[in-house]
Amino acid sequence: MSYIIDRRENPKNKSAVNRQRFLDRYKKHIKKAVSDAIDTRSITDVERGEEVTIAGDDISEPVFQHGSGGRRSVVRPGNKEFVAGDRIPRPPGGGSGSGGEASDSGEGDDDFVFQLTQDEFLEFLFDDLELPNLTKRHLKGSSSFKYEHAGFTNDGVPAKLSVLRSLKQAKARRIALCGESRRRLSAAIEKLEEAEAKGDELGIFRLTDEIERLEKRIKRVPFLDTTDLRFKMHVKRPVPTSQAVMFCLMDVSGSMDQSIKDMAKRFYLLLYMFLKRHYEKTDIVFIRHHTVAKEVEEQEFFYSRETGGTVVSSALKLMDEIIEARYSPDDWNIYGAQASDGDNWNDDSPTCTKLLREKLLPVVQYFAYVEITKRSHQALWREYDQLSEEFPEAFAQRHIQKISDIFPVFHDLFHKKDEA
Amino acid sequence: MSKKAAKLLSDSSDWTFELIEKYDCEIGRIARAFGLDTYPNQIEIIRSDQMMDAYSSIGMPVGYNHWSFGKHFVDVERNYERGLMGLAYEIVINSNPCIAYLMEENNMTMQALVIAHACYGHNSFFKGNYLFRTWTDASAIIDYLVFAKKYIRDSEERYGPQAVEEILDSSHALMNYGVDRYKRPYPISAEEEKRRQAERAEYVQRNLNTLWRTIPQSKQVDEDEEICFPSEPQENLLYFIEKNAPLLEPWQREIVRIVRKVAQYFYPQRQTQVMNEGWATFWHYTLLNQLYDEGLVDDGFMMEFLASHTAVLNQPSFDHPAYRGINPYALGFAMYSDLRRICEHPTDEDREWFPEIAGADWLEVLPNAMRDFKDESFIQQFLSPKVMRDLRLFGVMDDDTESDIEVSAIHDNDGYRRVRELLASQYNLGDQEPNIQVTRVELKGDRSLTLQHFQHQRRPLGATTDAVLKHMHRLWGFPVYLESVWQDEVVDSVCCPKEKTKEQAA
Repeated sequence: MSYIIDRRENPKNKSAVNRQRFLDRYKKHIKKAVSDAIDTRSITDVERGEEVTIAGDDISEPVFQHGSGGRRSVVRPGNKEFVAGDRIPRPPGGGSGSGGEASDSGEGDDDFVFQLTQDEFLEFLFDDLELPNLTKRHLKGSSSFKYEHAGFTNDGVPAKLSVLRSLKQAKARRIALCGESRRRLSAAIEKLEEAEAKGDELGIFRLTDEIERLEKRIKRVPFLDTTDLRFKMHVKRPVPTSQAVMFCLMDVSGSMDQSIKDMAKRFYLLLYMFLKRHYEKTDIVFIRHHTVAKEVEEQEFFYSRETGGTVVSSALKLMDEIIEARYSPDDWNIYGAQASDGDNWNDDSPTCTKLLREKLLPVVQYFAYVEITKRSHQALWREYDQLSEEFPEAFAQRHIQKISDIFPVFHDLFHKKDEA
Repeated sequence: MSKKAAKLLSDSSDWTFELIEKYDCEIGRIARAFGLDTYPNQIEIIRSDQMMDAYSSIGMPVGYNHWSFGKHFVDVERNYERGLMGLAYEIVINSNPCIAYLMEENNMTMQALVIAHACYGHNSFFKGNYLFRTWTDASAIIDYLVFAKKYIRDSEERYGPQAVEEILDSSHALMNYGVDRYKRPYPISAEEEKRRQAERAEYVQRNLNTLWRTIPQSKQVDEDEEICFPSEPQENLLYFIEKNAPLLEPWQREIVRIVRKVAQYFYPQRQTQVMNEGWATFWHYTLLNQLYDEGLVDDGFMMEFLASHTAVLNQPSFDHPAYRGINPYALGFAMYSDLRRICEHPTDEDREWFPEIAGADWLEVLPNAMRDFKDESFIQQFLSPKVMRDLRLFGVMDDDTESDIEVSAIHDNDGYRRVRELLASQYNLGDQEPNIQVTRVELKGDRSLTLQHFQHQRRPLGATTDAVLKHMHRLWGFPVYLESVWQDEVVDSVCCPKEKTKEQAA
């Protein structure tokens, strides 16, 4: 007789632990593949997994084997024209060229290729990065609450009655109150039987009386008393806000061509994915500007093109207005990222610095400025230089020249500080 | 016709639990009629990803955690997702009850094929073959694996995953040298293991101290007398390490032991590949044909079954791009089928080659040829000229001192015996794996360990030797030398750590 068992409902991912161990072991290789990947990928598909290749030698599991050489005899199938004693030139490639042997020893020579899931990919991508100033507002903003289970209490509303607890309590009370009476009752019943056997009339009468009395006493103990009732208790706990808003500021004036915008977009995308992993809720505000700034949708932000001069302070002003109107710094963790080719009206740069210093930097968690240009630094960069000295915690600026700079710069901006 | 149709077990290709039970019942009935003796079966239906899990953990339902299983898993997963590889139809575990996995994607025909192949073919082999009977304990293996998994997890908690992983890596590298080839092991049992484990740990530690004792002993030992340790060469390297490595902690010894026990458990499987697969294939073929003869399955079922059956038996010839060595299914099936033919329809040639079985009852000859042999002896004993002709087997001699390779024998009257001998030795694990033994430990000097590789046919060691030696060094804790010996002469010598050769050290 056979047993037939349906195991299809068993939990998935039995190999998850082993898989994770494997990834941990080859972290170095995988991280390299991941950061290579981020440079070559097109903008829309950073959120998928990645194929990783590790050289075969690095992950082999060595065992003692025979090498080539010596005398070896092998039996093969499928003889067509050979007869005993034939001599054949040795096939090129050395060794015996045998398929069976080659698959044993040759396994280590191939590169080992496998697929990372999207989660694993991001895990590796952001592995040693962290958000600066994370603690500042994490504890502060606590406007929302959550009810949590916190044991049981003696009084409460009927809706929160815990039946199981109450009945347990009742049972305990009944045992405590009638235990003695029950013991005497069973003793009395025993004695009664003895008396009946002996025919002791007086004893029978006395015992029946006692039994009656005890039974009454037991009956008087109520099945459920008000003192038994137990209610579930809930307490209100403040939940630290975990929501962030990210401001993407971009110059769309005539000097910004599509390739510069693409680079900016990659940078924003990385930042967005990074924030998303840290906060339950992440909003994005897109602000583009030439001489005037405007809040726009994503599509328009990246793909529309305008001409005209550049006034960076307009965007910063708009950002400040939006923060005031919609994203109170008490409730939101605010991040700003500005991308530009560095062009600005010369008169405007000091205004930008002033705006940042007085209005924005005190309320944001972090503000990053990336200058994407192949030329040397522009006026804005020099102005911002002062800021990075004044606010080393909250402000940083970096220079990007080509696509492969993006991830290193990003990595540099959010590198775990304690390692330095 | 209608009467016949009424007997059919099923008329659609979808499987249901009732159908699997019905098929199993019928196949079991026929198997018993043929005299197959099996453990009870436990048939488990699983998803394809569960099959991949099972695959990557060497088929065991429980296993300790190690990165190498993860590596196999991502490899299997990738190949499967790209369609490079179909998953195996079946995995069957030598346990009591015998666990067989069926995949839910398969249709009824495939499920019936797997039931016949695994639950009655392999199962009866596990129960009957002498290697499995003496070297493994089917009723205790699952318990032992549970014990091993727990022990390794506890060690990880105590000493950190990194430390445990190092020991496992090193032990895995020597896994093939963790087997007692001649001594029959005690059956393993989880209960027993747990009871004795603490005791063993303490005893070994005490014993070692004696071995390495530096305090002068009261009885004066003759200083000139060379103490030789080990007194005889040891071929079970892991056992030697477990008992004698000076620096290992008790928990590390236990892990070495676990790997050794698992290797021991798989040792019979490595020695009976051709027989095991051949036997299972022969029986699924015989059992399902009997189902058809009794009118329980229809022509469509048979066509589909035969398509899979022939695919499994495909043997590309040596010059074909798909050639991956001799297919154990093809060779084993051909040999068992031919044995049946020799019994039922012997020719003059058979009478000359197999006088005692030509014309005998095949139901006695075949179980006999399953019970008392391993691949090497099975081929030596039963490979008939007809099978050699059918597979067109020929032997090639490749000697690196000659410029050409030579065809040493082919499937003709002069060559049958030679080809058979060569093929048998090809399945001799002792010839396939380098023969490496522990020969000497410097008790008084640097505590170094010397291994000797006794060359077979002058074949040297491969490129991985250094890496394995590093693992040996990690376990032993002191320098490890490996000498290659050919005709009583040391022809090559390597050492780990690398800095000094033996001459310089001396």
